[in-house]
Amino acid sequence: MDEVQNHAFRLRREDMPPVKKRENMEEIKKIMLAHGGGGRLMGDLIARMIVPKFGDGQSVQLTDSAVIDVPSDKICFTTDSFVVQPLFFNGGDIGKLSVCGTVNDLAVAGAKPMALSLSLILEEGLDMDILEKILQSIADTAKAANVNIVTGDTKVVETGSADGIFINTSGVGVLMDNADLSFARIKPGDAILINGTLGDHGMTIMSQREGLKFDTPLSSDCACLHELTQMLCENCGEAVKFMRDPTRGGLAATLNEVAKSSGVNVELTETALPIDKTVQTAADMLGFDLLNIANEGKVLAVVDAAVADKAIDLWKSHPLGKKAAVIGTIAETDDSPLVELVTKIGGRRIVQTPYGRELPRIC
Amino acid sequence: MLERIEQAKKTIHAACEKVGRQIQVMEVCGTHTVSIFRHGIRSLLPENLKLLSGPGCPVCVTDQGYIDVVMDLARRDDCIIATYGDMIRVPGKGGSLESLHRDNIKVVLSTDDGLALAKKHPDKLVVFVAVGFETTTPASAVAVADAASEGVDNFCILSGHKLVVPAMQALLGSKNDKIDAFLCPGHVSVILGSDAYKPVVEEFKRPCVVAGFEGVQILEGLANICEQIADGRADIDSVYGAAVTPQGNKVAWKIITDTFEPCDGPWRGLGVIPGATLKLKNEYKQFDVLHRFGIKEVPTEEPAGCQCGQILCGLLDPPQCGLFGNKCTPDTPVGPCMVSTEGACSAWYKYGK
Repeated sequence: MDEVQNHAFRLRREDMPPVKKRENMEEIKKIMLAHGGGGRLMGDLIARMIVPKFGDGQSVQLTDSAVIDVPSDKICFTTDSFVVQPLFFNGGDIGKLSVCGTVNDLAVAGAKPMALSLSLILEEGLDMDILEKILQSIADTAKAANVNIVTGDTKVVETGSADGIFINTSGVGVLMDNADLSFARIKPGDAILINGTLGDHGMTIMSQREGLKFDTPLSSDCACLHELTQMLCENCGEAVKFMRDPTRGGLAATLNEVAKSSGVNVELTETALPIDKTVQTAADMLGFDLLNIANEGKVLAVVDAAVADKAIDLWKSHPLGKKAAVIGTIAETDDSPLVELVTKIGGRRIVQTPYGRELPRIC
Repeated sequence: MLERIEQAKKTIHAACEKVGRQIQVMEVCGTHTVSIFRHGIRSLLPENLKLLSGPGCPVCVTDQGYIDVVMDLARRDDCIIATYGDMIRVPGKGGSLESLHRDNIKVVLSTDDGLALAKKHPDKLVVFVAVGFETTTPASAVAVADAASEGVDNFCILSGHKLVVPAMQALLGSKNDKIDAFLCPGHVSVILGSDAYKPVVEEFKRPCVVAGFEGVQILEGLANICEQIADGRADIDSVYGAAVTPQGNKVAWKIITDTFEPCDGPWRGLGVIPGATLKLKNEYKQFDVLHRFGIKEVPTEEPAGCQCGQILCGLLDPPQCGLFGNKCTPDTPVGPCMVSTEGACSAWYKYGK
């Protein structure tokens, strides 16, 4: 990669190079191809808009790689890319999403998130104001989650080649001593927990896209979940068998993966599922099943049934777990593992892995 | 509510035991099919009560030839295709709209959205993929009337609208049918009026019971049907409450009949059913894309080897079709019962039954 384009910033206040102001910068309101060209414009963009947002907004040293002190010999490493329209939605934006998404991938692996990278792909013509707002959101979310953005990259592509902005974040975390999570540890009898209502993010995005309005506006659940996962690992230790954030494909995709990978059946209870009424109405209008809809602030945990109540109490003590519930159990499987739902009227049905693109049903 | 559920279940089981033989009830409407699936209703029914998923899912019964016409239009740079999400994955001979990957294919939630597209893109012809039964037809009719009165010349529709009752009659007219009764859709019946089912009840002596889409209503509808069969009756009845009147929604009917007229048209898996398809009346022909492009005829293409017609009528089970599970799967559907995610074949494929 081009050395100039690849900027990594290390959080060393004492080495801070002074950032020069370019007078005509104020006049440039939109992203231009030159902002990704490795020249002066790019230097300005990075120095004036990006770098000051991170590392206390004070000082950074642009090097090719960040150096991170790791207080453990077991680190977790993950990456995720973010493309979403609209860029700003009720409850969040692509910036917040890009931090929460990667923090959550670390969190559900039993890791304490430490540092993130931030790669931006900007479309020529993107408003500087929009970029500014997104960067601020990234900075605020990272700060609140106590993770540092330690390295990054910026590219600009021609108009029409991207949808405003694409973001990739990678993350490093330290595996907690008491975390022992894997599909293999899931056994019949275990309890399945969720920290709150289903499908809020996906339905918010789709309603906003389709121009559906409700008296109580829908709001994305976009949030960093590391406090919930740490809470569980620290207090319930090995009784926590598995955790996952059910994002795309929703609970249905995650639980089908659990069933197949662990060789078990999953039995869900419809009446136990936490569901927001307005979200349910939106889903009904568009013909969607909330089990298939994306979440961005939910963690599913499989725990030893003996600690289920304790785990729920712990989660309920946290703002992100107020509606936590035991939603099902793990059961023995015959030959083909499956996910079953006991419905409100006492019927049973199979919950499948969704196709991958939810389409509104009208007819 | 639990009491109502228990009561309905009790009635169903008692009536089915009394009848003894296999009872086959067809739910006419796709929304019922979805709801039956979602609520796990089949798991609550006695062994000898079988639910058949009928032809009432517009996605399922839209002919391949119709899709091929839409596909041809979608390949034109001067057209924008406005379609309900339902139609995106329905296969024609050359694949589905989704497989074209073209950005002139827009999923809309209403005919209004289609009309708005036409106003926004005056240099393109917006073709609305007009499918559905009596519930969606009034919206298409209003859009065409609005386009006419507002002079939106670059809006037109490809009508694939269909009528429910002639299809029910056609199913019963095929000599071997094994349908004992129909569970009729609440929303369609609000517009149709319950009298519309008279021919089915009087001529074919099959009970027609209107129900809504809640699990408990479906159970109550089935209970009503099973009781009728046990008593040897065939009546029109409704568990949908006062919303269904004998005459139906006259305003909606007037909108439909002002704009559309019945014609013979192909149904996927069922062939041509007389008088069960709707086309735009002559005075609105400029909004008919077939007229606009001088397309004389929509080819009727039956997928070779497809047994959906037999399966819809309860004569065959899905695995008895030669295409089932090899050429025809949920990801590469051929026939209507596999196209719809909750169609009989699709369900059989996914659940082993």
